[in-house]
Amino acid sequence: MCLAIPGKVTKIVEENGIRIGQVQFGGIMQPVSLDFTPDVVVGEYVLVHVGFAISRVDAAEAERVWSMLEEMEMLAGELPVELPVETTRRVRPRRERP
Amino acid sequence: MKYLDEYRDSNLVRALLARIERTVTRPWVLMEICGGQTHTIMRYGLHELLPKQVEMVHGPGCPVCVTPAGILDRAVELALRPEVTLVTYGDMLRVPGSQMDLFSAKARGADVRMVYSPLDALRIARAHPERHVIFLAVGFETTAPANAMAVYQAEREGLQNFSLLASHVLVPPAIRALLASSACRVQGFVAPGHVCTVAGCKEYEEMACAYRVPIVVGGFEPVDLVQAILVLVTMLEEGRAAFANAYTRSVSYRGNVYAQNIVSEVFEVADQTWRGMGEIAQSGLRIREKYAQYDASRLFDAKLVEPTVPAVCINAEIMQGLRKPTDCMAFGTTCTPENPIGASMVSAEGACSAYHRYRRQNVETMP
Ligand code: SF4
Repeated sequence: MCLAIPGKVTKIVEENGIRIGQVQFGGIMQPVSLDFTPDVVVGEYVLVHVGFAISRVDAAEAERVWSMLEEMEMLAGELPVELPVETTRRVRPRRERP
Repeated sequence: MKYLDEYRDSNLVRALLARIERTVTRPWVLMEICGGQTHTIMRYGLHELLPKQVEMVHGPGCPVCVTPAGILDRAVELALRPEVTLVTYGDMLRVPGSQMDLFSAKARGADVRMVYSPLDALRIARAHPERHVIFLAVGFETTAPANAMAVYQAEREGLQNFSLLASHVLVPPAIRALLASSACRVQGFVAPGHVCTVAGCKEYEEMACAYRVPIVVGGFEPVDLVQAILVLVTMLEEGRAAFANAYTRSVSYRGNVYAQNIVSEVFEVADQTWRGMGEIAQSGLRIREKYAQYDASRLFDAKLVEPTVPAVCINAEIMQGLRKPTDCMAFGTTCTPENPIGASMVSAEGACSAYHRYRRQNVETMP
C-alpha cells in the first residue's frame, strides 16, 4: 500500500457528492476519487493511491509504471487482483494511437 | 546479473552505474527512504551493482513497518468488540501486535475486513448502519489525504457509525531525527517520490540547506533510483549539499495542493510513536477537535501503551541505517514472511522482507 499505480479514466460520475472516476487498471475497473485531481477528464491517465488519484500522468508514463509494477510483482497489494501474472500481462494499458 | 537483464532499460541503468563508478572516489553512505525503493534495489540487485564505495542503507519508509504495535493491540481489542467492524489495508492484517495480529482476531470471530481504499470503508459503513465501522488508517503523506477525505466525507454525509483509528507518520521529522542522532552514518538521502508527489519539495529543500545534507527526490524504477544516486554522489564528491528533484515526471515543487488542503482541514501535526524508532516530536497527524466524533481513539478512550519489542528484532537499527537485515539472528530462521517477528518482515516494502525475497548466496553484512 505504499505505491501509486497508473490507470485510465474511462468515465466520470458523481457519487455521494464525490467526483468518482471509473478507472481502468489492466483488465479491471475500479472507482477512484478524483477530488485531488479536479481537472482530469475522461481518457486521461492518473496515478492512484488507495483509491484516490494523486496526479495526472501521460500515457507513456502510465505504461512504463504499470509494466514495472507488474515485473516487480507489486500490483497485488494495491489492487483487488488475484489474476496470475500471465493474465495481467496481456491486458496492460496500451499507448494511445494518435 | 540476471535480475537487471530482465529490465527493459538495463543498458541505461548500466550507463548510469558506469558514470557513478567514474565519479566516486571515496566511500559514501546513502539512504533510500521509501520501502518501494528498497524493494527495487533488492529486486534488481542494484546494491551489488553499485561501486563498493557507495553503500545503500534502508530507511523507515514502509508505513506498515513503522506503525506502532500499540495501535495494533488497540485495533485487535476494538475488533473483538461485538458491535465493531474493523476495516484496514491488507498489509496490516499480518502485522504482529504484542498478543496477536488482526488475522488471528478474525479467526476468533472478530469482524475484520480488508479494503483497498478508505472509500470502501465508507461503503461498508453506509451498508451496515447497525455496526460501528472503525477504519485503521495508517500511512505517510501519500495516504493521509485519502484517510482525511474519508473523515471529511463521513461528516458531509452525516454518517454516525464510522470512525478512524489513525496512525499517520511524516517523513521530514523522521529524517531530522535520523540526522540528529550521533550514531547517524547517512550522508545523503533519496527522498520518496510518491510522498513528494503529494507533499511537494519545499520541506526537503529546507532540510538540505539546514542540515547541509544532499537530498534528491527519486522514483522507484531502477533508472530513477540510479539517476538519483548519481546526482547524490556527484554532489557529495563536489562537496555540495543541495536539493534536487530527479523524479520530475511525477513530482512538482508544490505537490498536490488539493490533497494538502484536505489533510490540514482534518488533521493537525502531533507527536507520534514509530515502531522501532520510538516517539518523534511533531512527526505524525492527529484528528482535529472539530472532527472528534470520527476519532476512534477519542470515542473509545484509547490509551496507547507501546509494548516492548522482542529482544531479537533489530528493526530499529535497520531503519536508522546502522545494521542490515542479514545481521539479525532471527532473519530467515525464526523470522520469515510467513511468521514475522518484526513488522519489517511483513510487508513487501519492508527491508527484511525484501532481503528475504531476493536473497542471493553472498549476503552482505555491515562491516
Ligand atoms: S528479520 Fe525479523 S526479527 Fe530480525 S530485524 Fe527483521 S523483522 Fe526483526
